[in-house]
Amino acid sequence: MDEKLDLMQGTLDLMVLQTLSVMGTQHGYGIARRIEQVSGDTVLLNQGTIYAALVRLQQRGLIDAEWGTSDNNRKAKFYALTKSGRKQLGKDIAYWTRVTDLMGCVLAMQADGGER
Amino acid sequence: MNASRKGWIRQSLLRMAAFIRRRPLDQDLNDEMAVHLEMAIEENLKRGLNPEDARRQALIRFGNVGQAREYHRAARGLPGMDVLMQDLSYALRTLRREISFTLVAVLILGLGIGANVAVFSVVNTLLLRPLPFPNSKQLVRIHQEAPKGGESSMTYSVDATQAFQNRTRAFDEVTGYFAFSGPDNVKLMGNGQPEPITALSVAGNFFPTLGVEPILGRQFSAEECLKNSRPVALLSHDFWKRKYASDPALIGQAIKLDGIPTTVIGILPETFDFGSVFSPGARVDVYQPAIFANMEDWGNTMALVGRLKPGVSLPQAQAEANTIFPELFFNSKHPEYGHGYTANLYDLKDYVSGKLRESLLLLWCGVGMILLIVCVNLSNLLLARAATRRKEFAIRNALGAGRGRLIRQLLTESLILAVIGALVGLGMAYAAITYLAHQSSISLPLMSSIRLDREALGWTVLVTVLTGLLVGVLPAFKVSGKSLHASLKDSGPGTSEGRSHNRLRGALVITEIALACLLLVGAGLLLRSFLHVLDVDLGFQPSQSAAISVDYDDGGNVVKRGVILQSILARVEQIPGVETAGITDNLPMSINRSWGIQAKGHSYRKGELADTFVYLVTPGYLNAIGMHLVKGRDIQWQDTDKKQAVVIINETVARALWPGQDPIGQIAEAGGSDAQVIGVVADVHETNAETQAGWQMYLSQTAPQYGPVGADLVIRTKLPPTSLGSAVMQVLRQMNPAQPATEFRPIQQLVDHATSPRRFFAILGGIFAALGLILASLGIYGVISYSVTQQTKEIGIRMALGATAGGVQLGVIAKTLRLALVGIAVGTIASLLLSREVASQLFGTSPNDPETFVGMILLLGAVALVAGYVPARRASRIDPMIALRNN
Repeated sequence: MDEKLDLMQGTLDLMVLQTLSVMGTQHGYGIARRIEQVSGDTVLLNQGTIYAALVRLQQRGLIDAEWGTSDNNRKAKFYALTKSGRKQLGKDIAYWTRVTDLMGCVLAMQADGGER
Repeated sequence: MNASRKGWIRQSLLRMAAFIRRRPLDQDLNDEMAVHLEMAIEENLKRGLNPEDARRQALIRFGNVGQAREYHRAARGLPGMDVLMQDLSYALRTLRREISFTLVAVLILGLGIGANVAVFSVVNTLLLRPLPFPNSKQLVRIHQEAPKGGESSMTYSVDATQAFQNRTRAFDEVTGYFAFSGPDNVKLMGNGQPEPITALSVAGNFFPTLGVEPILGRQFSAEECLKNSRPVALLSHDFWKRKYASDPALIGQAIKLDGIPTTVIGILPETFDFGSVFSPGARVDVYQPAIFANMEDWGNTMALVGRLKPGVSLPQAQAEANTIFPELFFNSKHPEYGHGYTANLYDLKDYVSGKLRESLLLLWCGVGMILLIVCVNLSNLLLARAATRRKEFAIRNALGAGRGRLIRQLLTESLILAVIGALVGLGMAYAAITYLAHQSSISLPLMSSIRLDREALGWTVLVTVLTGLLVGVLPAFKVSGKSLHASLKDSGPGTSEGRSHNRLRGALVITEIALACLLLVGAGLLLRSFLHVLDVDLGFQPSQSAAISVDYDDGGNVVKRGVILQSILARVEQIPGVETAGITDNLPMSINRSWGIQAKGHSYRKGELADTFVYLVTPGYLNAIGMHLVKGRDIQWQDTDKKQAVVIINETVARALWPGQDPIGQIAEAGGSDAQVIGVVADVHETNAETQAGWQMYLSQTAPQYGPVGADLVIRTKLPPTSLGSAVMQVLRQMNPAQPATEFRPIQQLVDHATSPRRFFAILGGIFAALGLILASLGIYGVISYSVTQQTKEIGIRMALGATAGGVQLGVIAKTLRLALVGIAVGTIASLLLSREVASQLFGTSPNDPETFVGMILLLGAVALVAGYVPARRASRIDPMIALRNN
């Protein structure tokens, strides 16, 4: 079995927000599948855990949920980004970019092997 | 910041809503997850998997459904509460399953917590809570420094009262009440027979000073306190309710007091109880304004209370009093009577209950010890139970419950026990408090206002939580700390278990016994003191005499008075069953007054003379009350010489005034008149049984020189006094149709009233000690019995190998005694160290009283022996065959 990435705390929430932002309204299965596809199946994700993230985001008012009908006529719960969810996503992306930039710098320094 | 707080509140509300709407939300999630799986299966089918694989793959990718649900719940609701609810329902299930254990535990806890709540209510009412008056911290009791001499030497004349009122700058108001009113001192005339009620004269500003407002009507006006004013009265709430069915129309109407129409101007609030603050156990029905102008020649009659100006401290007021009071005249119309009062100021609250402080704190400690014993006892029970539950915990641990979860589980159980126990205890406390609040025979202040209030409930919560934690913490750590997996492999009950476990339980039992020992010794000392008090020779014999107050009308003519009293006594003595009868104006251990006595023609230095309790009595009184005439003769009806009265003195006076001489025949100045000493009586404890007798003298009630303040008929009889009541009342009615219908009061009742605080504390101490003893013996029994059960197999083997039943029995008893002896040793040492603390509460008993110590130790040892004997007997009856075949 391939080694899969263990998700850091809070990253799943960001992934969900980003997915919804790109895909628009979507149900839980769709979101989970999309994240798996994008990550090239490298994410260690029990699909079931996505529902905890969804209800958490919903309670924070970042997404809305509503039962509706899917393409192939199935009743499913659909999630959509709210206004404050979109704002939060912008903030989170900015924050995440800064963290990854910083980590990149720090790791690059170590690769140089120079001063310690 | 604000927005984030708003968000936080919003989320908290949502979480709470989610916690409550758990079921529909779970259903919603279930639906959602079902759709999820359907979609996944469909996609897998499209990818060409067969239906079985498609389903399997979908389930694998989804992961654990139960876990997803738990995460969902944790994310949306209150995860802590979820766990708590689980713990609670699990604990309740467990407790229900072991119902007999639960009942015992709840009962023990109920007793411990109930006793604590009840005692707290008493302590709170008497010590902690302020007096039931607004700004009661400003209220001050003022009285003279006079250790002896009773009320007369603590009170002030009306002239001195008014002079101080005018001169003081420290006090906003100074007020007072007439200190010499007896119970049933006024006749209420209405339809039918006159009814005796209790009236009290108070200064016009009495109620405004205390801050007591009538609930109906108004206060006394200034005019109503003047001479020849229209008589008015304020009624106590209780009297108004009892006699007039709370009729508001009574205001403005006249009631007849001693034949005088008196207008009711107001009703006092229910919360005002004069007796509970100023005179424990007394009941007052009506309050009348004290007409100072009529009281100028009455001497010291006013008991003073003042309200300090805001910002004035007690020492400042005391300093002022120290300069003013010595300058005050006894009687401003007669400066030749002299001047010079003293004044001691006390915070009213301290004055009322300060004396009880130590007793109450002691009681509080005692009841705290009971609770400690309860905790130790229950801790022990839980420990035993926890040991048998080790497998259960091991299984739960194996299924994923962490150590913290198991500890929390056990603490939840002990807290639930404590809460149920507290509910039971509250019920018991309520009953006890209600009972106490209605005991007017207990002469403790403020008792009538004891109730279960908010503070007591707060205390209950505190005690309950503490108890729950204290009880649970030891077993919880002990159990969860064990290597739980080893328990799974354990061979089961019947073999000895770890030593440390047994040692811990032994230590707990020793603690219990030591605490019980401490309680027993303390209670024993109190009880012994009480017995000593009962044994005191009071100087009179209360047991077979009874008193009834007599109303007569002599029109102020002393000769007529003599005729009336003589014929009353002659007729009463003819009633079958009455041995002797006599009349006095004041009874011992009730109201008293004091005058002065000295040898005539002798001059004394300051401090040589003492205020002398004075009793105006008829011939026969000394016999009727059972006093002991040491020398000389009783008063006779003929002792009515206008120039020279007669006086009987007590031994204390005889020793002080005529040391080494025969006092009989000596001439004294008694109460301002010459009087010949005709007799000496043994000292009477005039105030209570515990203090030394003061100076006392007995004058003739029919002497023209003196004026009695009422008449109490005292009879001596072997029959129950109530059975003579109607015959005596008939005689009194014939003599005086206006004689109110009163009942005989046994003299013993006066004595009991005076000793009631000590009785109260001795009985409570005894109850607590008994409780401690029972709990400790339960503890011993529990531990020994449990260890016998644990060792059934072992004992079986030993008996199979030849140990005798007697030997086994002896072994168990020896084990019990070892525990008991260590506990008793620790307890005795602690008692010896602590008994000095109770020394001030004792009477005629040394704090190290050897008899008490030995007695209590023997008692404790005997109880321990019995508690150990029962399981020992069981152990000796173990049949080796059965013991070894089982398990």
